[in-house]
Amino acid sequence: MMLLLFLLSVLPADAARISDVTETSALEQAVRFFTFRDPSLRLALAGSLLLGVSCGLLGAFLVVRRMALVGDTLSHAVLPGVALGFLWNMTKDPLAIFTGACVAGLLGTMVVGWITRTTKLKEDAALGLVLAVFFGAGLVLMGMIQRLPMASKSGLDKCLFGQAAALGGGDVKLMAVTTAATILLLSVFYKEFLVASFDVAFARTIGMPVRLLHGALMMLLAAAVVVALQAVGVMLVSAMLITPAATAYLLTDRMHRMLVLSALFGLCSGAMGAFFSFLGSNLPTGPCMVLAASALFAGAFLFAPRHGLVVRWWRRRSRNLQVARENTLKAIFHVIEAGGFSREGVALEELAARRRCTVDEAQREVLALVADRLATMDKARRVVHATPEGWRKAQAMVRNHRLWELYLTNRANFRADHVHDDAEEMEHLLDEETVRLLERRLDFPERDPHGREIPKVIGGGGGER
Amino acid sequence: MTPALETHDLTVAYHKRPVLYGVDLAVPPGHLVGIMGPNGAGKTTLIKAVMGIVPPVSGWVKIFGEPASRALGRVGYVPQRESVDWDFPVNVMDVVLMGRYGRLGLGRRVGAKEREIARACLEKVGMLPLADRQIANLSGGQQQRVFLARALAQESDLYLMDEPFAGVDATTEAAIVTLLQELKARGKTILVVHHDLTSAQQYFDMLLLVNLRVVAFGDTAEVFTEELLQKTYGGRLTILSKIAQEVKNQG
Repeated sequence: MMLLLFLLSVLPADAARISDVTETSALEQAVRFFTFRDPSLRLALAGSLLLGVSCGLLGAFLVVRRMALVGDTLSHAVLPGVALGFLWNMTKDPLAIFTGACVAGLLGTMVVGWITRTTKLKEDAALGLVLAVFFGAGLVLMGMIQRLPMASKSGLDKCLFGQAAALGGGDVKLMAVTTAATILLLSVFYKEFLVASFDVAFARTIGMPVRLLHGALMMLLAAAVVVALQAVGVMLVSAMLITPAATAYLLTDRMHRMLVLSALFGLCSGAMGAFFSFLGSNLPTGPCMVLAASALFAGAFLFAPRHGLVVRWWRRRSRNLQVARENTLKAIFHVIEAGGFSREGVALEELAARRRCTVDEAQREVLALVADRLATMDKARRVVHATPEGWRKAQAMVRNHRLWELYLTNRANFRADHVHDDAEEMEHLLDEETVRLLERRLDFPERDPHGREIPKVIGGGGGER
Repeated sequence: MTPALETHDLTVAYHKRPVLYGVDLAVPPGHLVGIMGPNGAGKTTLIKAVMGIVPPVSGWVKIFGEPASRALGRVGYVPQRESVDWDFPVNVMDVVLMGRYGRLGLGRRVGAKEREIARACLEKVGMLPLADRQIANLSGGQQQRVFLARALAQESDLYLMDEPFAGVDATTEAAIVTLLQELKARGKTILVVHHDLTSAQQYFDMLLLVNLRVVAFGDTAEVFTEELLQKTYGGRLTILSKIAQEVKNQG
């Protein structure tokens, strides 16, 4: 925020465009970026940060209200308004363009509502229709303007793909105003927006001005889209609404945190977009921002603490490893049980036969146990001993298995020959508390449905979580 | 005595097709009323019209003698569970606190007092241990309890509930019934959209039979007759009326 204030306080009256800069090396460009000496750069960066924040905040509401496509349509629908705003007095007057674009955007959303109310078309079709018509009209008008013989039109064509460097002082001031209004409204009426987004019918019954709230959200949205237009471009502004919000949605399940994160991601995307656009000597800013935002999204998609792909894969992997470990321990128990508990060591060959695998595989499994101090192996004699901890775990697994088999046959009326496979799964999942419950329900049984003894586990144990 | 809920000639239409005709109703306070009727009979519509969610074509609604729009603060509402997105980023506490929003006024923030009330309501439905849980990680029965707690937090005199028993487990159903009885004992009026004929007699002391119009309204003993149920559900649902008869015979 301080940075923004600083950037805004030094707004020059008439900013030169970055594109005037002659070709320089990427390093020099980077140094120039971080010294903030270039006034037009300061403007571009301030604008990018502002639009990141406002788009992030509003996008969060769009995403949770399942209105992402509304943002897309709205952003395309403003284009004819931009053109008409320019034609109003043939200059790039920010206020005229802002007004024209807002009117066009709101008109677009109203037409969508009107179509869905009066025909049997659903909202997605209506959104698609409106997007196409308004965008087409906008492109035609823009084409006409391009052919007009005047200099003042320069920069207007940036509306399609965005060029933050083309931002003027007036544009950035407008952005600051809309962003401030967004932050203010959303924080003062947070609970109203929250309940109207979660349960609109309920919100109406407790006297929330639902229509007004919706209208306010649409107005803010239109304003945010319009001010973002020059920097990001019509084509991609919706991505700035959706991507940071979608990223935040993956990372948290509380709305207020999602808002903060979304604004933060928007801010980062804005800054990164402006930086890379500058670094590449005037690459279009919009695509750079969107790529930055998408990179953040990809990061969250892969590494989010609870739902991330990598994290989920890792969790599955360690689960499988644990199940394998527990099965090996169980096999050791079974071999020793078959021998009437008369000895303590188990030969690798016996283990392999029991596990129905090769001796090499059995050795690998045992080495994993050794690494976890659950077993020891006499390398010369190729004999495995469970450590006390390992033995306890093995007992717990067998106990869980047999308890569950007993529960299924006695309480759930499964046939005794139907319960083994299910117990193979469940033995790894039962925690100590459930085991106690099962024991109580089954009146502390001693034998499983097949007549084998259910081991007593000394000192607790069982499936680790 | 002023009726808790009164409607006069209430007619509602969707896309110009009437779904509820000329409902005249006067629900005395302090009763637990079951709203019953076949699918598409307008039960939900009736509740939504009373709550001002769908505008009526004609007629009026009065709540405790006042026009509905002015008295909605005295009404608690439990919508159907499917009416919201359960992936929404809020936890159980957040949802229950929404029951207090109406009383807080625009722009006012939730404070310690609201949290205290919300906690008490969660306690009543047995959901306090799950207060911090994200709502997506709840069972159907738990979700219904959260909605109920939210309505309790409204501290209303009249409650309208849309199928609170739909898709909930037996434990939750029993807990909800106990809660409803308790509310009634405290003089509250509760209207519940209900589907199960077999339990209707046991749960409610008054019944409202609806099928696009009011078929019958009165004490359960008087209304729960084969003739009136037949009239409500139509000849095609003979199985239902048979069930109803069986239940009646069982007493």
